[in-house]
Amino acid sequence: MEKQLVRKIARLARLALTPEQEDLATTQLSNTLKWIEQLQAVNTDGVEPLASVADIHLPLRKDVVNDGNCAEAVLANAPEQAQGYFVVPKVVE
Amino acid sequence: MTNLTHLTIDAARAGLKKKEFSAVELTQAHLSAMEKGRKLNAYIVETPELALQQAKQSDAKYAAGSPGPLEGIPLGIKDLFCTKGVQTTAASKILEGFIPPYESTVTAQLFRDGAVMLGKTNLDEFAMGSSNTTSAFGNVINPWKRKGDKTDLVPGGSSGGSVAAVAGRIAMGATATDTGGSIRQPAAFTGIAGIKPTYGRCSRWGIVAFASSLDQAGPVARTVKDCAHLLKSMCGHDPKDSTSANMPVPDFVGALKPDVKGLKIGIPKEYRMDGMPAEIEKLWQQGIDWLKAAGAETVEVSLPHTKYALPTYYIIAPAEASSNLARYDGVRYGLRVPDDNLIAQYEKTRAAGFGAEVRRRILVGTYVLSSGYYDAYYIKAQKLRRLIVQDFLSAYEKVDALLTPTAPSAAFAIGENEDDPIKMYLNDVFTVTANIAGLPGLSVPVGLDAQGLPLGLQVLGKAWDEQTVLNIGAALEEAAGFKAMPEGL
Repeated sequence: MEKQLVRKIARLARLALTPEQEDLATTQLSNTLKWIEQLQAVNTDGVEPLASVADIHLPLRKDVVNDGNCAEAVLANAPEQAQGYFVVPKVVE
Repeated sequence: MTNLTHLTIDAARAGLKKKEFSAVELTQAHLSAMEKGRKLNAYIVETPELALQQAKQSDAKYAAGSPGPLEGIPLGIKDLFCTKGVQTTAASKILEGFIPPYESTVTAQLFRDGAVMLGKTNLDEFAMGSSNTTSAFGNVINPWKRKGDKTDLVPGGSSGGSVAAVAGRIAMGATATDTGGSIRQPAAFTGIAGIKPTYGRCSRWGIVAFASSLDQAGPVARTVKDCAHLLKSMCGHDPKDSTSANMPVPDFVGALKPDVKGLKIGIPKEYRMDGMPAEIEKLWQQGIDWLKAAGAETVEVSLPHTKYALPTYYIIAPAEASSNLARYDGVRYGLRVPDDNLIAQYEKTRAAGFGAEVRRRILVGTYVLSSGYYDAYYIKAQKLRRLIVQDFLSAYEKVDALLTPTAPSAAFAIGENEDDPIKMYLNDVFTVTANIAGLPGLSVPVGLDAQGLPLGLQVLGKAWDEQTVLNIGAALEEAAGFKAMPEGL
């Protein structure tokens, strides 16, 4: 595991790492990957991947509004809000 | 008067019905115990006012002759369940101060049935851990100690606060969740019972998500029957969770009988691990002998992919976690570390809000899902998942249930196993398979090791067959006659 790759992964995960944490993550990721590498020894040719054991078909419902009118509740925990909106730093130049 | 905090849920229901004591008295007894038990750090938030208000309502229900099945029973609620108007943190700094405007389905059903909430119990951060040492709100202390040794021990995890509260007699029962063993391993570490039902039995709606295809709620309590009482209220179809099973919930309590006559119990040979403590091996054999003496037949079975279950889990669970935890972005709720740049704000917020173990799992999960590695890791793990499920299906053609140890050791000291994450992950070696396969699993306390610490045995069942699991658990409970308690209670 290269430190460069750890940086890329941390970026994808939107996690700022200190140089110290980067070093630790590099070691730990390497060890974890080495450990899970043992799965490669199992022949899984022709085995269908299983995403979930839930033997349940996703239920369908009518495409109608069944919730809403609760803007206040939705915004109640926002770190910053204004005029019924979440506030974020400017993203459009 | 009898010590109200030592009653079982079953006995407390009877006492409340006969008006031997009131729901307010029962709750008050637990609130006093809670104050004295604060050193355990079992609760993140205590809700004494709410508890007393609910208990008053329960007394009114008893007076009116219309009590619910759990009327007036004081419970701890794992702080992973959203509770309307009461802070819910998942033991993470990133959710500190979050007050859900809604109630999780499971807690709503418990309250519908009359339960009283004493507070929100501590856990590993986002339920990621096996020792309750990853909580942002401090370690939970196991009420049990080694004989003649004052060292603080872990209660197991992730439901460490729930089990410490129940074992420490500061809750009659508690909600818990189990993604890789988080109900069963801590129950075993604290000498109580706990059941993870079949995936889909309990609605996941309103439970802070860790790994959605593995997460399942369940109860912990001091007896198998108490677990059955709580499970009955917690289960049931919920249209708000698309994986919630639309099938009737059995009368777990009414049908509970410690009877295993004629049952075939499988003993999976791959669970005899190298280096397993002799005491655990002995206890397992004792369990086999008890079941045989009670009229069951035990059969050796093989689950050939067992040794791949942990690495499979440590791909699937972090992958799902990294997706689920993407929602903590400092925009809609929770912590925000402000920055002029939005992406920098995300990165700083998440770095400050997540603890080390959570960050580690997010990185692993992001890696195994990233382009170029997805097939080699994530798809490979999903294929192993199918093979592990097939192992169980083949075994269940021959047997009705399986008996295994719950955990490979008794409770360990705080700080032990911390140096190496993989060593810590081994705690889940016997429990994680049930999550991968979505099957019900129960841990029941059956004995003490030489140091005086509780040990548990695990019963695994067929999908939707919690009743057989509970019945076998009740038979083991009866045979073991486990009555030990932590010192000082």
